[in-house]
Amino acid sequence: MNSFEFVRPATVAEAVAAASAPGAAYHAAGTNLLDLMKGGVARPTRLVDVNRLPGLDRIEHAPDGGVRVGALVRNADLAHDPAFSRRFPAVAEALLSGASAQLRNAATVGGNLLQRTRCAYFYDLASACNKREPGAGCDARGGENRLHAVLGWSGSCIATHPSDFCVPLAALGATVEIESKAGRRDVPLLDFHRLPGAAPERETVLEPGDLVVAVRLPAEAARFAAHARYLKVRERTSYAFAVVSAAAALRMEAGRIAEARIALGGVALKPWRAHDAEAALAGAQPDAASFRRAAEAALTGAEPSGGNAFKIELARRIVARALAMAAGGTPERVPALPASPFAPAPGASVHV
Amino acid sequence: MGLSIALTVNGAPHRVELEDPRVTLLDLLRERLHLTGTKKGCDRGQCGACTVLLDGRRTNACLALVAAHDGADVLTIEGLASGGELHPVQAAFIAHDALQCGFCTPGQIMSAVGLIAEGHAGNDPERVREGMSGNLCRCGAYAGITEAVLDAQGRLARGSEAA
Ligand SMILES: Cc1cc2nc3c(=O)[nH]c(=O)nc-3n(C[C@H](O)[C@H](O)[C@H](O)COP(=O)(O)OP(=O)(O)OC[C@H]3O[C@@H](n4cnc5c(N)ncnc54)[C@H](O)[C@@H]3O)c2cc1C
Ligand code: SF4
Ligand code: FES
Ligand code: FES
Repeated sequence: MNSFEFVRPATVAEAVAAASAPGAAYHAAGTNLLDLMKGGVARPTRLVDVNRLPGLDRIEHAPDGGVRVGALVRNADLAHDPAFSRRFPAVAEALLSGASAQLRNAATVGGNLLQRTRCAYFYDLASACNKREPGAGCDARGGENRLHAVLGWSGSCIATHPSDFCVPLAALGATVEIESKAGRRDVPLLDFHRLPGAAPERETVLEPGDLVVAVRLPAEAARFAAHARYLKVRERTSYAFAVVSAAAALRMEAGRIAEARIALGGVALKPWRAHDAEAALAGAQPDAASFRRAAEAALTGAEPSGGNAFKIELARRIVARALAMAAGGTPERVPALPASPFAPAPGASVHV
Repeated sequence: MGLSIALTVNGAPHRVELEDPRVTLLDLLRERLHLTGTKKGCDRGQCGACTVLLDGRRTNACLALVAAHDGADVLTIEGLASGGELHPVQAAFIAHDALQCGFCTPGQIMSAVGLIAEGHAGNDPERVREGMSGNLCRCGAYAGITEAVLDAQGRLARGSEAA
């Protein structure tokens, strides 16, 4: 690990000023940053600790049903907040399917949004990586790439964004609150992460010094609470990143789908909202044929970036199954194996 | 610029002078405080061998910078037994043969103590397995570990009812 200066600002304004300097990075729980620093992948010369900033660790439920979650709220605390998991059960399920209990106890909301890709070549300093070193090339192309992107990738980077949390947030229309030297601004989560294009080193819309202070979900997102699920295929049962995942949320009226929300994880460098698939479901019967049609629409434009063509059909099946699970109804409690394809078949544990 | 950090470790206050902020809680415990019960497996958050309770919550000590935890309360495996008597989770690991080489065991036990305190698993073995999935065991003692956690949880619940 390179040496760095560790600063502990007491206010948001001090933090933004301290983090605006070249080479500075925010430090939240450090569960991603420290890992990258130990490997020499991240080499900040100054860490700006956000843990003591006031007011960032609150979950504020609005009377209208919306919520504002401070950037320092720990992943486990959000998932286990009873009012939050009742209104936004797919988000709680996604959080609980990520990492381990120890990591979720530490990891913050802000850090989860800003976690970096798990592309192995990004981690390996001996490999060429445009994201780590602009212009160096991309060893994932033509390398071990069965887990890489099938949507939104470019010739310069085929990596995926690894967050589970962001997937239902994208489906439900979350907003990110950002503090900068110029003041506060809101950015829709869908516009927060950038696709790689020709500049994969630019990962989000944040400018130097910009601090994520909160994430908000609108009241209307809670209207999907009775039919909202997250489904995540992993290479082992637990404690693994998504190969492919999907969040599905339905608003049912008289046995038909009034409105659908769908987003995918593990397929692109950002959480992937499937607007066309949602449109295909408006007014439809909640049956296998409708779900398959939506799944086809969700993967429109998908293309293998290497030896990963299997992910396209896998993603379609995961979308269809997540929709069937959502139609079956949100379970009383997050299942013992959150988001797991090994859980009992859709429809078996139904409640409305 | 040095940092002066106050920590309580297993009930005892410590003041740690950090000339260099690169020190993780795991390295502090093992190298400076000579509490080597907390193990270093991967050093990258992937195995759980370094699990301690940090302000009462189970956490990977390998990814926690000491500099960010001024004022924290740390409990390690060395602080678990009291007055020469094993903690119920420790006793249950022995009773259920929940270990083989023992390398992962301090982390498993601290994680189990954390899981029981969180109180989300109930007596569902599937929830216990899922809740313990952050602790890998290369010897594959998982069946005994699950039994030990369920047993200790039952004993602790009965103990607190009696009290
Ligand atoms: C073994 C392992 C398994 C994992 N498995 C999963 C998984 O299955 N699913 C999943 O989703 N995640 C998984 N994770 C990733 C984990 O969710 C992230 O490491 C965690 O969410 C990061 O949060 P943090 O608070 O530790 O962030 P840090 O590591 O402190 O920071 C991460 C990045 O965010 C920046 N940052 C932090 N806070 C702010 C802020 N408020 N404003 C602006 N920038 C900020 C930092 O500068 C840094 O670049 C895993 C991690 C590990 C180590
Ligand atoms: S896919 Fe992206 S992150 Fe991976 S090596 Fe290529 S440029 Fe780097
Ligand atoms: S040593 Fe900390 S998780 Fe492996
Ligand atoms: S007992 Fe050997 S690693 Fe678990």
